[in-house]
Amino acid sequence: MDKVKKTAHLIDRIMNAIFIICGFLAVALVVVITVYLVVSGIPAIKEIGVFKFLFGTVWKSTGENPSYGILPFILTSVFGTFGAMLIGFPLGLLCAVCIAKMSGKRFSGIMRSIVDLMSEIPSVVFGLVGMIYVVPAVREMFNLPDGANLFSAIVVLIIMILPSVISMSETAIRAVPKEYEEASLALGANKTETIFNVTIPAAKSGILASLVMGTGRAIGETTAVMMVAGNVANMPGLFKSVRFLTTAIVSEMAYSSGLQRQALFSIALVLFVFIMIVNLILNLVVKRKKDK
Amino acid sequence: MKKARIFALIMCLVLALGSFTACGETEAQSVSTDGSTSMEKVMGYFMEAFMEENENITVTYNPTGSGSGIQAVIDGICDIGLASRNLKDEELETCDQTVVAIDGIAVIVNTSNTVSDLTIAQIASIFTGEITNWSEVGGEDLPIVCIGREASSGTRDGFESITGTADACVYSQELTSTGDVVSAVSSNPNAIGYVSLASVNDTVSAISVEGVFPTSATVLDGSYAIQRNFIFVTKKDTALSDAAQAFYDFCTSSAVNEYVEAAGCVPVN
Repeated sequence: MDKVKKTAHLIDRIMNAIFIICGFLAVALVVVITVYLVVSGIPAIKEIGVFKFLFGTVWKSTGENPSYGILPFILTSVFGTFGAMLIGFPLGLLCAVCIAKMSGKRFSGIMRSIVDLMSEIPSVVFGLVGMIYVVPAVREMFNLPDGANLFSAIVVLIIMILPSVISMSETAIRAVPKEYEEASLALGANKTETIFNVTIPAAKSGILASLVMGTGRAIGETTAVMMVAGNVANMPGLFKSVRFLTTAIVSEMAYSSGLQRQALFSIALVLFVFIMIVNLILNLVVKRKKDK
Repeated sequence: MKKARIFALIMCLVLALGSFTACGETEAQSVSTDGSTSMEKVMGYFMEAFMEENENITVTYNPTGSGSGIQAVIDGICDIGLASRNLKDEELETCDQTVVAIDGIAVIVNTSNTVSDLTIAQIASIFTGEITNWSEVGGEDLPIVCIGREASSGTRDGFESITGTADACVYSQELTSTGDVVSAVSSNPNAIGYVSLASVNDTVSAISVEGVFPTSATVLDGSYAIQRNFIFVTKKDTALSDAAQAFYDFCTSSAVNEYVEAAGCVPVN
């Protein structure tokens, strides 16, 4: 009996160690990546100058007099993400309401599995579809010489953030206790009023979390955006060919050398800080709403 | 108790297997190459032909881009780097280059485009934004949309240096692969772009430059103007491994001429 206990204890301790190692591994990876980004990103920023790097409007990394200003990329990422969320978030939220509350069981089941399927489609597929259908459609619709621009990128981004917004919002809406809605209905409110005045406010924190997720996905998206945005380092305009922070790194990394390569690492650092700030702000908002 | 023992046994087996494969790797020789994506076709032929003759040597090709390939040689990560542009002075300090083939760069337009011939000067004016309508070069009254490659692409470097438009091109799109350029041009009737001759297919039309249509033959005899070198990059003062040296010798011999031609490029040896 004692022996069995001892072995069990031993196995317990071994497993405990394995868990700790796994936990450390994950933390260590994040720390290593952060340190690596900072260490490899700082030199170029120092050499170029913080102000010139962040607020310079001309990116000409391979020119004879190279110029490394990433303001066009920063603004493009901000506008692109904002534009996608502006349309994608309400669209996703209303879709989540439809799935959770407004439709029959079978219909919402089908809808949910379609949304899940959509979230598993690799981004290169969205990019390809965007390149073949969205870009020519935008060109013809607005009578432009070329359809690869910020607008096309926003359209593709909206489609890509929808699944995460929908599925998280839907879960949050579903988690609202039935009694809340029943009370509202019993007081004479109709279904629409109940949803907008009771259900959505009650599910607020989960819905805001879906906003964070969607924003994160939109900022970080690379492959699909690269195929539809045109990738020219212009200051952003809705129908101009633009380059995002993410695509700026990827599109030049393969052939880069010297200071250009270091500058790409600096862009990665800026993107990293950018995502951290956005997450921090949104998390603060979510927390504050929760505390109220 | 029993489970733990079986688990221990399995772990031992895994470890033993690990040591086996480690031995295996040292015996079979391998050559790693890394670099230009434009050289994929040529390298495919080289590797297949070489490995057929030398069964104990495995050659690997990692298509990362000219810059990455050169960096990989400098860092000692691969044996031979591949670049579709000549080395820069700073790179020549640490590396040697050997030309293994010459590649033609084709100028492509949409299949609905009626323009079939342009001079180098016209091409330069189009890509620098001086000519903005197809009617100025004998086509229909449509705006011109220039589609190019990303800033540090070997193809772009080759194209811009030959047409004298370095740093002056005004692009509507900068795409990161040859295939993307072909599909972007094929889907836009206003588009003009440039790709490796070997990548031209039916979905787009190649146009002749200075009256010479790009084919293997016209690149071979030098009459087609837009062409560039494919090079092998090796580290200075560092001897290649026996296997890598054998592959290097094979690729720089006249034995590969037929493969270079099969890949749509021009042999130099």
